[in-house]
Amino acid sequence: MAETWQEVIFWILAIVMAFAAMRVVTVRNVVHAALYLVVTLMGAAAMYIMLFAEFVAWVQVLVYVGAIVVLALFGLMLTRAPIGSGDFDNNQRGLAAIVAAAIFGVTSWVMFRAFEGQSVNYARETGTTTKQVGEEIFSRYVLPFEVVSVLLLAALVGAVVIARRDLGGNPEEARFPDNDATGYSAADTAAMTSPEPGVG
Amino acid sequence: MPVTYFLILSALLFSIGVYGVLARQNAVLVLLSIELMLNAVNINLVAFSAFLQGGDNLGGQVFALFVIAVAAAEVGVGLAIVILIYRNRQTVDVDEMSYMKW
Repeated sequence: MAETWQEVIFWILAIVMAFAAMRVVTVRNVVHAALYLVVTLMGAAAMYIMLFAEFVAWVQVLVYVGAIVVLALFGLMLTRAPIGSGDFDNNQRGLAAIVAAAIFGVTSWVMFRAFEGQSVNYARETGTTTKQVGEEIFSRYVLPFEVVSVLLLAALVGAVVIARRDLGGNPEEARFPDNDATGYSAADTAAMTSPEPGVG
Repeated sequence: MPVTYFLILSALLFSIGVYGVLARQNAVLVLLSIELMLNAVNINLVAFSAFLQGGDNLGGQVFALFVIAVAAAEVGVGLAIVILIYRNRQTVDVDEMSYMKW
């Protein structure tokens, strides 16, 4: 009987996630796309809890929903994407749909052939605890963990270096000098006032 | 519960992400579609971790955590690049970023 309830919950989550993911890639409003992504990511966190992975679920909520989506919203804000207007799709929509359908068909067919009839064991009493995950990370996977920490440091430094505009002697500084204390360059201000995006 | 449920849901999310990467024009929306694909991979990893659970086999969950960390790094650097391109070109349209294309 417990199995039945798990299936019901799975189907509710799966339908919500699939709908929200479809909206992420089709909706016309960029902010709505990011918010639909939140729905999908929260559904994935619920899936992790169904799969005994509590720690991964909460990391998903904290990192994806708390950080990555907020970062994406800041990106949308800073690039002044035309919110709620126009078409964000290119003219390859039909071809993209064919490619996506082909990938879905092939992968789901392979998965179904390989794992048909095999089940996740729900007879266990408890999920995996954070203690178990931590012991695994810091014993067997300690080298990948350190590599990931170096990667995060490199990404942090790289993002700051790429995005900052006040490097000394940078030719960008001569092209787009800051015109006031708001941090917007003259070119940004021009882009705000002109309806057509310039070509640079 | 059949493990294929999770695997096919993950395949569906992945292919929706592929569609988004191919059909979207706004670079930030392309990054969001990439997040969808990475998330589908995570569901796969965690599903296999639960499926292969033999007591001390948590590799799937640990690698899902690594994928989350790499996704955070990727979106940080990606958005920095997008903002730099916007500052230089006043556009984030990936179809117009063809200056290095032969």
